Amino acid sequence: MRLDFDEERIKKMKAVPSLNPFSEQAVIFLNELSSQIFKIRSARSYSDVITFAYWCRRAAVLSYQKDYYDMNERLGRGLVFHIAPSNVPVNFAFSLAAGILAGCKNVVRLSGKDFPQVDLICDAMEKALENYPDMKNYVYPVRYDKSSDCTDVLSQYCNIRVIWGGDDTIREIRGSELSARAFDITFADRFSFCVIQSDDYIKMEDKKAVASAFYNDTYFSDQNACTSPHIVFWTGSSVENAKALFWEELQKLVDKKYELQAVQAVGKLDAFCMAAIQTKCQIYKSQKKNNLIRIELSELDKKVMKCHYHSGFFFEYELNDLAEITVFCDEKCQTISYLGDLREKLQDVVERAGVDGVDRIVPIGRTMEFSLIWDGYDLIRAMSRRISYAD
Amino acid sequence: MMDRFFQHDPYSLKRDDKRKLLSDRVRELTQFHYSHCNKYKDILDAAGIDVQGEMDYDEAPFIPVSLFKKIVLKSVPDEEVFKVMTSSGTTGQAVSRIYLDKETSSMQQKVLARIFSSFTGASRMPMIIIDCPSVIKNREMFSARGAGILGFSMFGTKKVYALNEDMTLNLEAVQEFVNQHSGGSVFLFGFTFMIWQHFYQELKKLPAMTLDLSNGILIHGGGWKKLASENISSTRFKEALHVSCGLKNIHDFYGMVEQTGSISMECEYGHLHTSIFSDVITRRTDDFSQCSIGEQGIVQVVSSIPQSYPGHSLLTEDEGIILGEDDCPCGRNGKYFTILGRLKNAEIRGCSDTYAVRF
Repeated sequence: MRLDFDEERIKKMKAVPSLNPFSEQAVIFLNELSSQIFKIRSARSYSDVITFAYWCRRAAVLSYQKDYYDMNERLGRGLVFHIAPSNVPVNFAFSLAAGILAGCKNVVRLSGKDFPQVDLICDAMEKALENYPDMKNYVYPVRYDKSSDCTDVLSQYCNIRVIWGGDDTIREIRGSELSARAFDITFADRFSFCVIQSDDYIKMEDKKAVASAFYNDTYFSDQNACTSPHIVFWTGSSVENAKALFWEELQKLVDKKYELQAVQAVGKLDAFCMAAIQTKCQIYKSQKKNNLIRIELSELDKKVMKCHYHSGFFFEYELNDLAEITVFCDEKCQTISYLGDLREKLQDVVERAGVDGVDRIVPIGRTMEFSLIWDGYDLIRAMSRRISYAD
Repeated sequence: MMDRFFQHDPYSLKRDDKRKLLSDRVRELTQFHYSHCNKYKDILDAAGIDVQGEMDYDEAPFIPVSLFKKIVLKSVPDEEVFKVMTSSGTTGQAVSRIYLDKETSSMQQKVLARIFSSFTGASRMPMIIIDCPSVIKNREMFSARGAGILGFSMFGTKKVYALNEDMTLNLEAVQEFVNQHSGGSVFLFGFTFMIWQHFYQELKKLPAMTLDLSNGILIHGGGWKKLASENISSTRFKEALHVSCGLKNIHDFYGMVEQTGSISMECEYGHLHTSIFSDVITRRTDDFSQCSIGEQGIVQVVSSIPQSYPGHSLLTEDEGIILGEDDCPCGRNGKYFTILGRLKNAEIRGCSDTYAVRF
C-alpha cells in the first residue's frame, strides 16, 4: 500500500459525501477488512491484530449499533485526521474504524516505527479497497516525516483531529492550527488502578485465569498503556490470603512470559527510591525478582500517581472503605478494573463523589478492550453531527 | 577511618584484606548518611534495610545514580557545602548535582593523587591539557569535564592547553612546550572524544611525528559512547596516537562525577583496575544478585570517599564484565574489569509516545 502523503488525494476525499453512522457501505467494508485479515496466515501470531479483526466483523459492529437510536438524523462530520500513537501498533486501526463507522472520511498518520501488525492491516486494507473501491476516498493511511509540514496541511483540511499518544504529542500537534469549526479529540496521559474483592477472589477456582487476565491488562503492554493499573486496592476479609495467592500465580506467569531488560530493572529501582521519598511506603521484601515489584502504601496520598512506573511495578493498599479510592479519581484517572462483586458498589462510590475522572469501570482482563465509548468520548457521536429538523 | 586506607599502596591488598577495609568504611558511610540525609533514610526505611546490621560492602544498599539528576541528596548542612559539581549532560538533559564539603573534596584529591602516582611513578610533571582553557572558567559550577581537568591539574608543574577556544589545535604552543621539556616525561590529560576529534584528527593531517610525544603519558576518560558509534576501538585509538605522535603510554580510566577521585585506571594489559579505595560489582537484571567473573551485568560502583552526599554505593546505567581479581598479569591486586557501554534502551510499549529516555 502506498503510504506517502498526497495532497490531491485529500482534496478528492473532501469532495465525496459524508455518510450516516453505521451506513451499510461502512459496515460491509469493515467486514471485508476483517475477512482479508483472517486470510493472511501470519496474522494469527498477533493477538492484537486478531482482536481487531473480530472487533470489526459485521455481527460485532451491528451489536455496537444497538446503542445508537438517532443515526438517521446524523451525518459524519467530514474529514477526520487521526494521529496514531507511536507504540501501540493496532490502535490506528480502531481509531480509523471508529471514524468510518461515524460516517467520516479518514486520514490516519501511522507510527513512524515499523510494526509487522501495521503492515499486515494495511495490506488487508488494500485488498478490501480493491473489492470496494467506492471506499477509497474514506480511508487513507499515511506515513510521513514528523519534521515535514504535512501535519500543518492536514490540520487545515480536517474537520476533526483525533490525537492519540499522550500529553507531549497533543502539545506538539496543537502547534498546527485547525480551521475555525474544527476541533480536537485528545487522548491524554491517564492513570488507572484496580480493586480486588479478596473473598470473591479466594472463592474463584481458576486462579491461573485471573493471573492471565491481569497479565493482559498490564505486562502485555509493559504496564504502560493508559488502561494499565498501577495500584491494586484490596477489600474484603481475606486480603492477606488473597494477596499471597494472587501474586504467586502472577509471578509464575511473568517468569514464563515476560522478559525484563536491564534498563527496566534500574528504572524500577529509581522509581522505588522516588516513591520512598515522596510517599509513605514499604517495598515487599520477600519479593526478590525485579520483574514484579510490589510496594505497600502505608497511607493514601495522591502523590503516588506521579510515582508510577511501568514493566511490572505495583503499589498496593488495603481499603477500609471502598470510598477511599475517590482520592485517585481525578481527571487523570481513566480505568478502574475490578475483580469480584464490585461493579455496582464502584459505580455508586464514583457517582456519589461526583469525581472529575474515571471513564471506565471494567472487569480485570478487559481493560484493553476497545469500545466506541473511550476516555469519556462517545466516538460515533463526537465524529458525527445531528441535524435538527422542524416541520 | 580513611587513614587506614592511606597506609597501603592502592593496589597492594588482596581480596580478603580489601574486603575488610572497604566494608568497614562502607558500613560507616551507610550509617552516617542514614542519619544525616532524610531522603536517603526514607529510601532505606522503605526498603526495610537495617543499617545497624553486619554487612559487607557488596551487601550494602545501593541507589541508582540517576537520583542525583532528580533530587538534592546531601548529608551536610548548606553552609558546609564547598562546591557543587555537575555532570556534563548534553543540552536539555538533566545533570547530576553533587554537593561537596571541604573534607570530601580534599579526600577526592588525595585518593586521585595516590592512584595517579602509582601509575606514573611521579607525583608531578609538565602537563598538556587536551582541551580549551575556558572549560574550567566557571568555578562555582564544575562540569565533569572541568572538574576532571582541574582535578588532574594538580599533577602538572607547568601547564599548556592544546586547544584554542574554537577547539582548533594550538600546535605552536604545544610544540614549544614539548621542546622546553624535552628529556623528561610529559603528562597529557583529556577526554577521550575530545582527544580523538580535536587533537588526533588535526595531527593526522600533518606529517607523522610533527609532534613528538614519545615521552608522554596520556590519561583519558569520559567514555567511548561517541567513538563506539564511529567504530573506534580502544586498540585503534592507541595505535592511531602512537603512529601520529609516538605516544605509547596511554591509560583510559573509568570514573564518574558522582564518585570523583576513586577512579579505575587502565593497566598495560587494557584492564580497568579498582584500587583499594573503591570497588566495582556487576549485577544481574533478574534480581540484582552478583554476577560471576566473566558474566555481563549492570555495574555498581562502591567508593570509600563520599562523605558529604550518599554516593558511596551506586547502581550505574553502564554494563560491564568483571574479568578477574588479584590475578591480572600487570601484578596489581584488586578486581579488574571492562565496561561495555550504556545499558540498551528498552522499546517500551504503551499509549504515551516517548520522545526521550524517561528513566
